Amino acid sequence: MANERPKADVVIVGLGWAGSVMAEELTRAGLNVVAIERGAWRDTSTDFPPAVDPDELRWHTRRELLQPMSVETTTFRNTSAQTAAPVRNWNAFQFGWNVGGAGTHWAGMSWRFLPWDFEVAGRTAERYGQAKLDGLMAEGLMLQDWGVTYEEMAPFYDRFERIAGTSGKAGNLNGQAMPGGNVFEGPRERDYPTPELKDTHWMRMYRETAEGMGYHPFTIPAGNISQAYVNPLGVAMGPCTYCGFCDFHGCGNFSKSSPQACILPALMRRPNFTVLTETEVLHAVKHEDGKTVTGVKFVTRDGQEGFQPADIVCITAYQMDNVRLMLLSGIGEQYDPVSQQGTVGRNYSYQTCSSVTGFFSGAKMNPFIGGGALGVQIDDFNGDNFDHAELDFIGGAGIMGYSTNGRPIANMNGIRPGSKRWGSEWKEAYARDYQEVANIFCQGTSMPARDAYLSLDPTYTDRHGQPLLRLTFDWNRNDKSMIEHATGKAIEIMKEAGGEDLMVDNQAEASWNPYKQHSSHTIGGLVMGADPATSALNPYLQSWDCHNVFSVGASAFPNNGGYNPTLTVGALAVRAARAIHETYVNNPGPLVEA
Amino acid sequence: MNRREALFSLGAAAASTGLAATGRAAEIKGMPEATQMSADHLPVPARQGGAFRVLTDETDQKTLAAVFDRLIPADGNGPSATEAGCLDFVDDQLSRDYGAGKALYLEGPLNRENEEAIMGSPQFLATPRERYAAGLKALDAYAQKTDGAAFHALSPGRIDEILTGLEAGEIDLGADVNGQAFFELMLQNVREGYLADPLYGGNRDMAGWKMIGFPGARYDYRPYIDRRGEDLALAPVSLIPQD
Repeated sequence: MANERPKADVVIVGLGWAGSVMAEELTRAGLNVVAIERGAWRDTSTDFPPAVDPDELRWHTRRELLQPMSVETTTFRNTSAQTAAPVRNWNAFQFGWNVGGAGTHWAGMSWRFLPWDFEVAGRTAERYGQAKLDGLMAEGLMLQDWGVTYEEMAPFYDRFERIAGTSGKAGNLNGQAMPGGNVFEGPRERDYPTPELKDTHWMRMYRETAEGMGYHPFTIPAGNISQAYVNPLGVAMGPCTYCGFCDFHGCGNFSKSSPQACILPALMRRPNFTVLTETEVLHAVKHEDGKTVTGVKFVTRDGQEGFQPADIVCITAYQMDNVRLMLLSGIGEQYDPVSQQGTVGRNYSYQTCSSVTGFFSGAKMNPFIGGGALGVQIDDFNGDNFDHAELDFIGGAGIMGYSTNGRPIANMNGIRPGSKRWGSEWKEAYARDYQEVANIFCQGTSMPARDAYLSLDPTYTDRHGQPLLRLTFDWNRNDKSMIEHATGKAIEIMKEAGGEDLMVDNQAEASWNPYKQHSSHTIGGLVMGADPATSALNPYLQSWDCHNVFSVGASAFPNNGGYNPTLTVGALAVRAARAIHETYVNNPGPLVEA
Repeated sequence: MNRREALFSLGAAAASTGLAATGRAAEIKGMPEATQMSADHLPVPARQGGAFRVLTDETDQKTLAAVFDRLIPADGNGPSATEAGCLDFVDDQLSRDYGAGKALYLEGPLNRENEEAIMGSPQFLATPRERYAAGLKALDAYAQKTDGAAFHALSPGRIDEILTGLEAGEIDLGADVNGQAFFELMLQNVREGYLADPLYGGNRDMAGWKMIGFPGARYDYRPYIDRRGEDLALAPVSLIPQD
């Protein structure tokens, strides 16, 4: 090929959180790494300093930090019987469009998953009997364990938290419950790198109410860090100023955990690291042996095609793109919901959510004091933290009272039910309710189901003429029952707190569609597991089909926890990178025998 | 040149920027040491003065002004939409990437019925600029047909009646314009103009922010977070100094 670059040890496809973490590990181990990112170079002082960042219209309403649909979108349908349509406008998905990926514009909620989340099949059978598991499977769920346990993941979570500077308070130190932290979390070896954030007015009300009801409220672990911090890479972060311009925005204070604030200043200075920006990988190129790949084909901003040869290919793009790149590269077999054969595209799921809004007459909530991850949560009804023996579902939801922002355009419909959205009536309502409204969010688990999957669209293509990814998805019965249960608890808390004129939005009451979601959390499609018949990746995130391909993202989650995905993505990236430089490079081949 | 003048001269110079057109080298080794702002992330203020760029037809201007000032009328809670600059705001927005639908996926085929059923709302291949052009003409034609008068000449009560009908999907603006979707587009944009930073031509004197008590482009609430539940009475600030 005309534009063939010098061979690298490793090529990283997509330089967001997963790619940055892996590149940092691999370059530190001495490997020569080239990262390819289709977005541009962006940094704190040059692209989102405090004099540019607090601009809601540009960054939140127009989403100028996000990848536009004109670059690439998905197509969507609820069932296989329908013809999928392209998602044309801004929607639930929030793909990154710069070096740093979605890690630049994310909100910062920094959760470890529960031990249960990694073993939903095994632990359901163990606690409630094989019959309960069999019943759910017969109904269409595809429950399976991750091939890795929480105990195995704990050191990688710890490493990522140290890099990110995560703020929080331990709730389970080496098995000992710590009051004030999340007593339901898996055991951690040490406390968070930085203390928890402060309470807003609503957080304090929520905390006191939940405590009074016998629950266990705690401050959400946050990637909006509470004090100055220097991470193990020697990179310095600053304290969060509660500015309320966090999600969809960059951070001008170096206080939001992001590749820019935590990794790139160290990574970029390593001589064995190179990044190609505004360059898009089209697909990996398979070796004629069929068991490996030789590198990746890419196209530059100017339309020049090229080839980057590498011994190892790490696919670390957004969840959707990881799946799409595997399909475009012909690695693994497309999942078929009828025969249930094939592993690429299976176990797609979402995040089952609801919200409860209440109004407090005369209150001064001061909602502009906010942070992307600022909130108080209870996990009493998350995961398997409560007895499901008499319930017809598994899973649960974190129930949070949050103070993420008071951005005036985003909140303009946050007015008492029945109020008009225009005219003097709207002005009167918004003038009053802006300070009086408060929200509870239920962020629930999602279980994989037979009919929910990803595949290539037969009709629609991207700007390079490659097929778009097609999503076939709707809520399943288990998750609908779960979120109804959690929503009931949230309504009780809101009423107990004194909220009136409640508005309840249970997202699973209507068919899923990408314009209606409160969550952007999209997972699965390229899942890890111990069984090559039901997973595309082995427990080290290595492709079962091509042993020099690794892929890290929320695409690897076989099911979704009742949490934001980022910390688990970061921890998996550490795990995969260490498997590569500690084991794979010494003896290239499958790390697990199929 | 003060900061305000500097911003506006930049805005005049920086026409619509392309997607991620940074002009930087594609291959980066080492930490880029440059600290000047990336050209395409500089603030892009609304153009000041001069003729409208998109809403060039006088009837269109009057029709939209009439709609906007019923969606946000002048009252005890603040000025009307046009008094706050929302018409300038929307004209400027429509003249830029937003109006051109630069971020949207506008490839065919579009099967209207199927896409609306699947997505839960009508989908378009037309850009916002094109939708305004068609929608405003259709609104005026509707008024001429039903009332024998220009839309902007109708009484406030009659305009409210038409807007209510559009919002409910009960008024047909013809085969080329989905009245309900056009209502939603105008309602979204007028409230954006009323609540966005004055940098963009609307929210004049930060009237929208004063209405609700939003302190604007402040960036540090550490001195205030412990004053839970208090009326902080913070005056709003904009990204640009005010006139």
